Amino acid sequence: MSIEGSSPGRMAWRRFCRRTMAGVSLGFLLLAAVVSVLGPWVLGVDPNQGGETPFAAPDARHWMGTDIHGRDLLARVLIGARISLMVGAVGAMVSLVIGVGWGLVAGWRGGRTDAWMMRLVDVLYALPTVVWVMLALTLFETRGLGWLSERWPASIPALRLAAMMIALGSVSWLTMARVVRAQVLSLRERPFILAAQAVGVSPARLMLRHLLPNLTGVILVYLTLTVPSVVLYESFLSFLGLGVRPPQASLGTLIADGASQLNPIRVRWWLLVFPAGLMALLLAALNAVGEGLRSALEPRDER
Amino acid sequence: MFLVLLVAFLILGGGAGCSPADRADLVLHNGPEPETIDPQILTGQADGRIASALFEGLTRFNPTNGLAMPGLASRWDISPDGRTYTFHLRPEARWSTGEVITADEVVWSWRRAVTPTTAADYASQFFCIRNGRAIVNGELRDASQLGAEAPDARTVRVHLENPTPYFLELVASRVFFPVPRKAIEQQGDQWIRADPLPCSGPYLLEGWRVNDRFRLRRNPRYWDADRVATERIDILSGDNPSTALNLFLKGEVDLISDRKIIPGELGPELAQRPDFQRFDYLGQDFIRFNTTRKPFQDARVRRAVAMAIDRSRITARITRMGERASAAVTPAGTGGYEPPAGLPWDPSAARALLSEAGYPGGRGFPVIEYTFNVGSRIYEQTGVEVQSMLREHLGIRVELRPLEWKTYLAEMSALNYDFIRGSWVGDYDDPMTFLDIFLSDSGNNRTGWKDSRYDRLLQTAAAEADPRRRLGILRQAETLLVEEAVPVTGLYSHVGLYAADPRKVGGIWANRMDEHPFFSMRRLRP
Amino acid sequence: MRSWIARVALIPVMLWVVATLGFFLLRAVPGGPFDRERAAASREVEAALKARYHWDEPLWRQYLRYLGNLARGDLGPSLKYRNHSVNDLLGQTVPVSLSLGAMAFGVAMGLGIPIGAVAALGRYRWADRVASLLTLVGVCIPVFVLGPFLILVAGLWLEWLPVALWGHWNHAVLPTLTLGLYFAARVSRWMREGMQEVLKSPHVQAARAKGLSETVVVVRHALPVALLPVISYAGPMLADLLTGSFVVENLFQIPGTGAFFINSFFSRDYTMMIGMILFYSLLLQVLNLGSDLLLRWVDPRIRA
Repeated sequence: MSIEGSSPGRMAWRRFCRRTMAGVSLGFLLLAAVVSVLGPWVLGVDPNQGGETPFAAPDARHWMGTDIHGRDLLARVLIGARISLMVGAVGAMVSLVIGVGWGLVAGWRGGRTDAWMMRLVDVLYALPTVVWVMLALTLFETRGLGWLSERWPASIPALRLAAMMIALGSVSWLTMARVVRAQVLSLRERPFILAAQAVGVSPARLMLRHLLPNLTGVILVYLTLTVPSVVLYESFLSFLGLGVRPPQASLGTLIADGASQLNPIRVRWWLLVFPAGLMALLLAALNAVGEGLRSALEPRDER
Repeated sequence: MFLVLLVAFLILGGGAGCSPADRADLVLHNGPEPETIDPQILTGQADGRIASALFEGLTRFNPTNGLAMPGLASRWDISPDGRTYTFHLRPEARWSTGEVITADEVVWSWRRAVTPTTAADYASQFFCIRNGRAIVNGELRDASQLGAEAPDARTVRVHLENPTPYFLELVASRVFFPVPRKAIEQQGDQWIRADPLPCSGPYLLEGWRVNDRFRLRRNPRYWDADRVATERIDILSGDNPSTALNLFLKGEVDLISDRKIIPGELGPELAQRPDFQRFDYLGQDFIRFNTTRKPFQDARVRRAVAMAIDRSRITARITRMGERASAAVTPAGTGGYEPPAGLPWDPSAARALLSEAGYPGGRGFPVIEYTFNVGSRIYEQTGVEVQSMLREHLGIRVELRPLEWKTYLAEMSALNYDFIRGSWVGDYDDPMTFLDIFLSDSGNNRTGWKDSRYDRLLQTAAAEADPRRRLGILRQAETLLVEEAVPVTGLYSHVGLYAADPRKVGGIWANRMDEHPFFSMRRLRP
Repeated sequence: MRSWIARVALIPVMLWVVATLGFFLLRAVPGGPFDRERAAASREVEAALKARYHWDEPLWRQYLRYLGNLARGDLGPSLKYRNHSVNDLLGQTVPVSLSLGAMAFGVAMGLGIPIGAVAALGRYRWADRVASLLTLVGVCIPVFVLGPFLILVAGLWLEWLPVALWGHWNHAVLPTLTLGLYFAARVSRWMREGMQEVLKSPHVQAARAKGLSETVVVVRHALPVALLPVISYAGPMLADLLTGSFVVENLFQIPGTGAFFINSFFSRDYTMMIGMILFYSLLLQVLNLGSDLLLRWVDPRIRA
């Protein structure tokens, strides 16, 4: 067991840490997660509590200013980041697990299995995402929620949020499955896979140990695209009245609110700049972490 | 290969999609794409504006004050009991295709409106005409029993059930417009797409592209064509307020005719500008209570909530355009009527009422939901304020429930809500258009509240010939509605807004009916 | 070859599945096309309205009637826009969305592929930095922020371009950019990824070893394979683009199909909604087929 020090995990971790940007970004993401969970509580400001100073510009009392109800924007941005991070993480996880599994199996088995699995993806694909999500959420709101809310009235906002995350996750795995499959199709003809197959490596081991590591790049790229698109999709749904329930907020709804400040009459810049800025920072950090992970996990970088 | 595909697409799509459009003499922004422009079928305001450019009634709206003035009829006589109207058509009233508009055609059009198979939602406007209600309800199968006749080719005589002070304005509204009988008999439902379309109004329909624009040209056969000073009008359809405002500021649109497509959050700033006109408008926002289930079964709870809502805070912070806070249902000044004040804002009295109803300090009060439709940010923002007021003053926990439009309507009609946002825009300038919503058998009631005292008061008022006594009875009814039983409590009366630079556009005036007829509207030459 | 024929033959079946799903799922949602804020004048009037659209028949008969009409290519009357049929509405609006979508697709590919490729070649250099910045901006700025921003700057401050409407070529510039940049960011991300993978692959190193010039290696050997992820992504992307974007068309007041995806659901215009679903679905399947064909052509090792 003396080689423990150079196990692949350790080596990857060391390589990851060598990239400063990735390290800093990971730190930032963790910090953001902690702050958005604990922040509102530490801050001691209720994000839903209105005040007597609507539309106050940022000052010492309200660092990010206030909105139309006089609510503190900093508290709302923090609570919004929490919901957005959660929506993004859950949506991406669902799409990761289902999508990679589906694409891997379809691409590897090929032939009839592949054809049928991909036809199912095509059927789901052929229903426009937005229609499917609107249908699912409206049905849940009117047919499902009534029954649930009679039993647990206090849990309505949480239930709605959960429904939305599941609905978003259930549509975002399709592209992942297609992309992974296409990659597997081309990979499985490569010499190193053929060689592994020839020496009798079991299919499960082959997929996990040989195929999957070669897919990390694609998967990570896709994840860094999925998280923002899920987060933005949520804001679009909220805009249509199907997303988070007011007075809850997400970064997406705050940005959608702030977008109306882009007008030639009167600009209350803080309503757009702070939520959009935080969103951009979070996504940039996510991106850098993805890059870092990628170079850390990539097997061929060892050469 | 992709490139070839791309170029092909560009040429194909480009050819079909982009046709150079030169600017019309006057460009209006009309809001959402009309659902139909058939005068008898249409219900929307945007739809009605197009129809009123193409067609005209026996009377038409005076652009300065929204009252009736001569239209296709040059004059009329009213019997002393106020129940018989005799209209005299102009000899020069013609369809744009050349045929004379006859009295028979007018009566035929009205019968078309009341015949149930036409499916005219506004057929209820004919209830004031003898047998109108019975025909619309299907009790009388023969539409020719309607109390309107044509003794000769140029005379229309109407018999009313009750003296109706606002009847001349009703006749100016869309559902009373005469429509071209021959075209409809030949082409059925789709007559409105006929080319050329027979028009009786100041403009002709030259082009109609969905979600883009209507192109109108001056109707040379309009009886008052000499007053129509603009040759060509484009009426744009679109429902994004920011876009409408941008187009207006760039000078590509001369007039935005609908408050709903002017960005609400900029309202206060825009209302200060000389090119935006603000006026009191015949509309009201209110809250309906579901009187069929706990906790709003109890009138005391309804009154308590009504008294805990600080309406002036909503108008000062949310709507911010000088709306009048009001706990009544009828906007002040409707048809010369002064509504009751409604319950005052009084948190301590509200708390007392609530504990009398068994919820001292809000203890034991269930979590309730405030439902509203998604559409304007204002509805959500109002909900947030109501939520925090009830928490603060009564200790009640309220959840907000935003619903998209059709679900909202379905849940409201099914009485599947606790309390819910509502609003109403009057069809004519009289309190009856607001008060008959809450009749026991009204399809618009949607609160589950039924009170025979209220129904009787409205009946008595309808039969009353003396206008002042009539308004007195209506006031009594509204007092019962908003101070005692409270199935509904008012929030604020609407403010209208339109965008037009008085240096560029003439012949348009603010009036509480929000009627801006096309015959007088024109672009001023710089 | 047979599997390709099977896939083409499957398209009508899929359309039928999608139409059926749409038909019954939409009916399960509360609220109907004829529910309005103002109740109908009477029960008779309401009944007459429903009878006109065969709403009084049992659901199965309505379904069969719909399928029968569909087989003849008639998508039925719009339940909201009463003076128009669905065919009529699509006929008016589809060409607009197609041309806007095609232009945006051009922008997405034209910007995305070179940026992604250059970034992959010049790794750790300025090109990479610039490319990642552009990509990041494109991915995380939502269209409903980018659009108003472009309008404000290019339309209202600089007064270079019109702020909305559709007709002249210059009306197309801002919406094409708004829509195209968003997708260009995604394309460049995929392109860079594909290129990086390929440049490290033995197949390219073998080409290098043969002494071919770097340009030949990149263009002849690396590029086709590097395009694989982009091509898989291009099918659905093009379908999204060609069926119109709700946000962009709404913002620039463009008379395309984008509005109908959302609005026909909210107005319960079932016939229009199913018409849109079918249109999208047909386009998507054809494009997916096209992108798979292209994948096969580019990379013969794939046996589909």
